[in-house]
Amino acid sequence: MTDTSFNTLQRTDIHTSEAARERLAKRYRKEAQFKYLGMGAVGVAVLFLSLLLFTVVLNAYKAFSYNYVNLPVTLNQSDIDPDQTGDLEVIGKANFGKIAKNSMKELLPFASGRKQRRALYGLMTSDLGIQVRQAVLDDPSLIGTTASIPVQLDDVADLYFKGDITPLRSIDVTGEVSTNGVEGTIEITSSSNDFAIIADAVSAHLKAEAARFELRVAAKERSKSRLQDQISEMGIRIDGASAGDVERLQNSLATLKSDFETASVQTERDIKKIAELNERISAAGSSEAVPSQIASFILKLNGGAVKVTSLAGDKIIGDVLIPLENGNPAAANQWSLVTLEKPEDNRKLSDRSIVWLDHLEKQGLVERKFNSVFFSAGASREPEQAGILGAIMGSIYTMVVTLLLSFPVGVGAAIYLEEFAPKNWVTKWIEVNINNLAAVPSIVFGLLGLAVFLNLFGLPRSAPLVGGMVLALMTLPTIIIASRAALRSVPPSIREAALGIGASRLQTVTHHVLPLAMPGILTGTILGMAQALGETAPLLMIGMVAFIVDIPGGPLDPATVLPVQIFMWADFPEPAFQQKTSAAILVLLAFLVIMNALAVVLRKRFERRW
Amino acid sequence: MSAEIKPKMRGEKVSVHYGDKQALFDVDLDVVDRQVTALIGPSGCGKSTFLRCLNRMNDTIDICNVDGHITLDGRDIYHKDVDVVELRARVGMVFQKPNPFPKSIFENVAYGPRIHGFVRHKDEFEEIVATSLQRAGLWEEVKDRLDAPGTGLSGGQQQRLCIARAIAVNPEVILMDEPCSALDPIATAKVEELIDELRTNYTIVIVTHSMQQAARVSQRTAFFHLGYLVEEGNTDDIFTSPTDPRTQDYITGRIG
Repeated sequence: MTDTSFNTLQRTDIHTSEAARERLAKRYRKEAQFKYLGMGAVGVAVLFLSLLLFTVVLNAYKAFSYNYVNLPVTLNQSDIDPDQTGDLEVIGKANFGKIAKNSMKELLPFASGRKQRRALYGLMTSDLGIQVRQAVLDDPSLIGTTASIPVQLDDVADLYFKGDITPLRSIDVTGEVSTNGVEGTIEITSSSNDFAIIADAVSAHLKAEAARFELRVAAKERSKSRLQDQISEMGIRIDGASAGDVERLQNSLATLKSDFETASVQTERDIKKIAELNERISAAGSSEAVPSQIASFILKLNGGAVKVTSLAGDKIIGDVLIPLENGNPAAANQWSLVTLEKPEDNRKLSDRSIVWLDHLEKQGLVERKFNSVFFSAGASREPEQAGILGAIMGSIYTMVVTLLLSFPVGVGAAIYLEEFAPKNWVTKWIEVNINNLAAVPSIVFGLLGLAVFLNLFGLPRSAPLVGGMVLALMTLPTIIIASRAALRSVPPSIREAALGIGASRLQTVTHHVLPLAMPGILTGTILGMAQALGETAPLLMIGMVAFIVDIPGGPLDPATVLPVQIFMWADFPEPAFQQKTSAAILVLLAFLVIMNALAVVLRKRFERRW
Repeated sequence: MSAEIKPKMRGEKVSVHYGDKQALFDVDLDVVDRQVTALIGPSGCGKSTFLRCLNRMNDTIDICNVDGHITLDGRDIYHKDVDVVELRARVGMVFQKPNPFPKSIFENVAYGPRIHGFVRHKDEFEEIVATSLQRAGLWEEVKDRLDAPGTGLSGGQQQRLCIARAIAVNPEVILMDEPCSALDPIATAKVEELIDELRTNYTIVIVTHSMQQAARVSQRTAFFHLGYLVEEGNTDDIFTSPTDPRTQDYITGRIG
C-alpha cells in the first residue's frame, strides 16, 4: 500500500495526463453550472420583484389624481350674507349645500323629479356644500358673483373618467336619422341598417336565455324520469309490504307523485317560455325591449342623448336623457351611437349619470388634478375624502418613540454585554434569550403591550406612544444582536492600543470602539426600524386599527399607521379604495427607501470621519 | 552586578494561568531602570505573557489569572489600591502589529495627554505632539501632514507613530511586544536606533524573536523556555557565556 501511493506520487504525468484534463474539465463544468444556477436564482427574484412593483404601480397611479368639476356657483349676496356684514361667521352659516345643489340644477336642468335630482347630486362628493363653503370663506370677495369653484366628483364618477366603470365603444353609422320628438320617449329611424347591431345584441341575449331554459328543461326531464322509476318501485314495494308498513309507504308514494306533478308543470312552463323566446327571435319586425342585462346603447344627436329602450323593426324607441335641441333629421356625421359595454345592472353608475357626466365634460368643466386630498386628509368612509396623512403622522410618531426607546437601550445593552459583562452563565443565559426574543412572533409583543401597557399601566389606547413602546420591544433584540456583532468586529488591536496608553474601559469604548462600530450599529438599527415601520399585527392588539378621522397631533392622540391603513383599506369593497390601497403601499415603500437611503448616507458620513 | 543597580520593576514568583493551563511558573525577574531588557525564547515560552503582566494588560482576558508579586518602584501593581489606568499611564506599551487609531497623526499622539487631562491648551498639545514625534524620529517625515490619517503611513512609520503615542503620555517604562516583527529591515533598523536613544529617558522591556536584535539593543537579557525563566543577566554574558545548556542550545539555533 505504501508502495502504490509512493508510485502514484512518483508519476510525472499526474497533472498532465488525459484523466487529469478530464478532472479539470469536470471542475470547470461544475463551476459553470453553479454560476448559471445563481444567475437563474437572481433572475427569478428580479422577475417576482418587478411583477410585484408593476402590479402595485399599475393599481396605484390612478389614485394619485382626481377629477374635479369647476362648478359655476351663483353666490347671491342675499343667500349668503343678506346684511352685508362681511363677518366670516355669518357667511359660514349660510346654506351652501342648497346653493351648490341649485348650481348643479342650473347646470343640468333636465333632471326632473326627486329621484333624478338625487342621482344628479350623487355625481358630486357628499361634501359638496362644505367644499363650496370653504372656497367662499377662503375668498369672501366671490360673494355676489358667479364663481367657478372646483368641487370633487363622487368616487364612482371619478372612476368613470379614469375608465374603470365601463369600456366605451363607438359604432360606425352610415344612415340619416330622423326623430318624432325632442323629449320624453321618442322613435328614431335610420335610413340605413345602423340599428342592426342592437338587434343582434338583443337576439343574442334571447338565444342565450332560450339555451338556459333548454338546459333547465333537460335537467327537469332527468329528475322526472328518476321520480318515475321511484314511483314504480314504490308500487312494487307496497304490493309486497306488511300491513303495518303500507300506510307509511303510501304516504311516500303520494309525495313522489306530487313532486312529479310539480316537475311536469315547471317543464311545461319552461317549454312554453322557450317557444315564446324562439318566436321572438324569429319575429324580427315586432317590438322588442332592450334588456338591462346587456350592454347599453346611447344615441347622441342634435345636442341631446337618447338611451335605446326597445326595438321595433328598423326603428328604435328610446328615453331622452338630454333633450334634443331640435327635431331635425341628422346626417351620418352628425349623430353617433355609443355602446357602454358593461351592462347597466352590473355597474354602479346608471346610463343617465354617465350621459350627464359626458355632458359636463363636453362643457369643459371636468378637470383632472393631482389628488392633494390623498396626502392631506385622514381616514374617511368616502373614498374621495380619504387620505393618508393621518397614517403617515401616526407612523412618524410611532417611529420616533420606537427609535428613542430602542436605540439607546439596545446599544447600551450591547455595549455592556460585549465590553463589560463578565462571561458567565448569567450573561450566556441572557444572550440566548435575546436571540430567542428576535424570533418571537410580533403578535405576542402586541399581546404583551395590551396586557402591560394598556391594562396594567393604563396608558391610552390606540396611541402612537404605546405602539412605539411595543415596536421598541420588538426591535430591541434586532438592534442588540446587530450592535454586538458590530462591536465584535472592531479589531482588538484598537482596544489594546487605547488601554495600553491608559484609557479607561469606558473611554476605550466611547472614543474608539463605538465610533468604529457605528456604521454596523446604524445598519442594524435601520433594518429594525424598517421592520417596525411595516409591522401590523402587534398594533392591532393595542387598538391602532381604529377608524380615526383626525390627524394625530402628538404621540398621545389616537392614531393608526401606514401598514394598518393599508390593511383596513384592502378590506373595503369600493374599487376606489382598492386603488388607494396600492397608492398607500407605494407611499410605505417610499418611506422605506428614504430610510434606507438615510442609512447609507449616515454610514458614509461616519466612515468618512475616520 | 544587579546588586548595585536599583530595579525599576521587579517580578517575584510570578505565575500565570490561562484557565487550567499554566503559562508562567514562578518567574523572578528584575527590570533595571533606564536600560533595555530583552525577553527572548521560543514561541509559546511565556515571554509575551510576562510582558503583559507588567502593565496588567492580562486583566482584559477573563480566564487569565496572575499570582505572585510585581512591583513598580517597590509598590505592588496588583494591589487593590492601585489604579490600573494610572499604572498604564506610567507603563506604556507598543504592540507587535502597528495599531494607530484611525484618526489623524496629531490626534493619535495627542489622545493620551487628552484623556489623562494633564494638557489643556492648544499650544501645549502642539508642543507635546512635536516633542513626542521628534523623540520617536518621525517628526521630519510627518510634520507637514499632521492632519493626515495615521493609518495612511507605511508600516515602519506607523510603528514609530505608536511609539510616539506611548511617549506622549510620558511613561516611566515602555513595554514593546515584538515591535519589529511586522517591519522590513530598514524600518527595523530605524526602530532599533530609536530604542537605543529612548534608553536615556525610559526603562524599556522588549520581547523579540530575533537574537541579533536582542544583542544589538539590550543591556540585559532574560531567556524563557516553556514558561520558566531559564537564565537572565547582562546581554553580553548571556550571548557569550550562557550558564544553562538550554540557553546555549537556543542561541546557537538548536531549539526554538
